[in-house]
Formats: sequence, C-alpha cells, structure tokens
Amino acid sequence: MGDSAYSFSLTTFSRTGKLLQIEYALNAVANGRTSLGICAKDGVVIATDKKLTSELVDISDVHKVELLTPSCGVCYAGVGPDFRVLVHQARKSSQVYLRQYGEVQPVSQLVKRSAGVMQEYTQRGGVRPFGISLLIGGIDGDGTPRLYQVDPSGTYFSWKATAIGKNHVNAKNFLEKRYTEDMELEDAIHTALLTLREGFEGEMNSENIEVGVVRNGKFSVLTPEQIQDYLDEAN
Amino acid sequence: MSILEYNGAAIIAMQGDGCVGIAADRRLGAQLATIATDFTKVFRMSPKLYVGLGGLATDVQTLHQLLEFRMNLYRLKEDREMTPKVFSHLLGQLLYEKRFGPYFVEPIVAGLDEKTGEPFLSGMDLIGAPVHTKDFVVTGTCTGNMYGMCEALFKPNMNPDELFETLGQALLSSVDRDALSGWGGIVHIITKDAVITKELKGRMD
Repeated sequence: MGDSAYSFSLTTFSRTGKLLQIEYALNAVANGRTSLGICAKDGVVIATDKKLTSELVDISDVHKVELLTPSCGVCYAGVGPDFRVLVHQARKSSQVYLRQYGEVQPVSQLVKRSAGVMQEYTQRGGVRPFGISLLIGGIDGDGTPRLYQVDPSGTYFSWKATAIGKNHVNAKNFLEKRYTEDMELEDAIHTALLTLREGFEGEMNSENIEVGVVRNGKFSVLTPEQIQDYLDEAN
Repeated sequence: MSILEYNGAAIIAMQGDGCVGIAADRRLGAQLATIATDFTKVFRMSPKLYVGLGGLATDVQTLHQLLEFRMNLYRLKEDREMTPKVFSHLLGQLLYEKRFGPYFVEPIVAGLDEKTGEPFLSGMDLIGAPVHTKDFVVTGTCTGNMYGMCEALFKPNMNPDELFETLGQALLSSVDRDALSGWGGIVHIITKDAVITKELKGRMD
C-alpha cells in the first residue's frame, strides 16, 4: 500500500479526486506496444507494433488487429488478453444491431457501446478496469471514415490521427507534422508505417507489425506480403 | 371472423416517379356497427416516412406508440433519421418478437430515403414476413377489391398529382364494395420537397 490508502478499492475516490486504479490502467496502456491510426479522407488505417519478447513465438499466429464489422476494425495498446474480451463484446453488439436494424452498425455506435462496457468495469464490483486503449477505425452512419480512441475510463475521442502505447508522445508529434487535411488513404498508410518505424525497437519488417485498412467502405487486415509492398515503396 | 377484421380498414401505398403515396379509410367499427369516422391508421414516423397499420384498432395504437418510442430513441442515439429500409426491418423484428402472441396488425411502409430520394414500399403480415414492391401494396379488410383497383389504375412513373388521383380513386372504389371500411379517406403524397395531405369524402353511409 505504498501509494495511498485509496488504492485498494477501485470505486473509492482519493482525496485529490482521482480514481487511482484508472490511472494505473492508463500506465498499463502507456507501457504497451505502440499502436497508431490515421483517418484519411477516403479511408482509415490502423497499425500496430507486434514485436514479442521471444523470437521463438510463431508470430504469424499473433493477431493484434481484428475485424469487428465488415466496415470496421480495431487494434489496441496494453494488456493483450483484455483485448479479446472487448473484441468479443463489440462483435456481439454489432451482430445484435444488424439483426435489429438490418444495417451494419456505424462505427460511432460501436464505439459508444465499447466505451460503455469499459466504463462499467470502472464502477462494478469484483472487476478491474481494462488495461488497454482501443483504436477503432470504420465507417459512420453518414458514410464518412472515422477513427476513434477508447480509454480504460470509458472516455472516447474521434481523431484525425493519433498514437497510443509506448512512445505515443513522440509518435503523435511525428503525426502532427505529417498529417494533412486532404490526405488520401495510400498516403496515410505510408505515413503510418513511417511513424511506426520512428519509434521501433530494432528492425521493422512485414512480420512484426500489423496493419488494418478501411478502403471503399470495407475493412481488411493487410497480409505480410501487402505490408512488404508498402515497406518496399517507402524505401 | 378473424380478429384482423373486427374494426375494418383499407390502406393502399403506391409508388410514383420519385414520390410515394399512402391512402387509408377513416372508419373505426365494431364488426358492423360504426363507432367513429375520424380514426387514424396512417402515421407519420419521420418527415418522409409513413406507416399504415391495418387490423385490430387497439393493437394499431399500441404498435404505433411502440414505433414512436423506438424512433425517438434512434434519433437521440444516432442523431439521424431512420431510413425506410431500416424502419421496415425493425418493424418486422418487433412483430416477429411476438411470434406466438402477435399484434393483430398488418402494416405497410411507404417513404423516401432522405439521402438518395429513392422511393420505398413494403408490406408485411402480422408476424413480420415482409414483401418489397415497386408498384403498390395494400392491407385491410378489402384487399381483393384494392388489388383489383390498383391493377386496373396503376401505371409506372406517375407524377405526384396523377399518383394522388389514382390512389384516391382506387381507395374510394374499393371501400364502396366493403361494409367494414370506408367513411371517407385520407391521402398523403410524399415527394422530395414536401408531403401533401388531402382528406377525401366518400359515400358516408
């Protein structure tokens, strides 16, 4: 109990008005592998570093970018297993929406639902907050591409471009310099890879990163071959 | 007699060139006794979306309230209007949810897509099995008559004025040969710019 007498309970405010467990969750995010996203005028790109601690792990079987709806995908920074819980929740909520309205759930609605779940885990008994932040890219109800960030507290923002996880301050500075309003998707993919390489520990290649793209209203995870093509173009 | 025919109704929706129309009679009866002649069975759900509910009057009103509730929640949550396609799907879901204790209502949906301006028509049975058409849909206690009149009078790509005339004539002629519906009518013509609503006087007997 080094920090204070308030750190034992998730739902007790400290005297300074903070919820310490949420702050710790944000620390867990800040220690996670870098993820970033850029919202272009005709699509969205999300990219993440998926370097692991051991070279012996079969990295082709590790997935940090997941499809939620046909037009929407997600990646994260932070505690890996927590991600699967949120992906499962989001996919289920989008299928409920599809069944009810006969239409793919807009990304803003999906984000609201996921943020709601994350908020609940800061107030309910017997649980801890999620140790991850999400980057969700997709198509909104009016057909425009959107990029959202959702934090462990349940707050969410819509970004033009952003980064989370280790090195996110530097990555954000880099993105601020590179981002333009009229950016097209291909441009955005290159910028995303460049930004990711900037803070990368060791050699970045098509195996140790993962990239998801919303193109023509459809989300897909790039194959290592496709990533290699983009990396070759950049060199 | 089916409970769907207890109160009486006649509702037609028809598609024109960039417009749709929906028309209904105004009678509320209890079998052969007429109770009211100003009953509403066509409801505005959004500026360019109307739903006609034919069947048991109590369920017509309950279902309308439920739809209004869902529309308001949708507007607040999504900050936009429901498209006719989504509305029709939702209505079908609501009806099928009550598969084994249904609302005794056979709805038809008529509207224009707010964004594309595309006309939309659909009809469904009391457990929400939909049918989508490009010409006309009917529901009520004289569907045979209405089908006959619509097949005789409908032609593709009518302008709003022609559509009004066709709908009015089809409705009035249909209810003249039905004891359970009639007592005047109401016609809504939904166009890109405005909705024109006119009340009709028929044979008031």
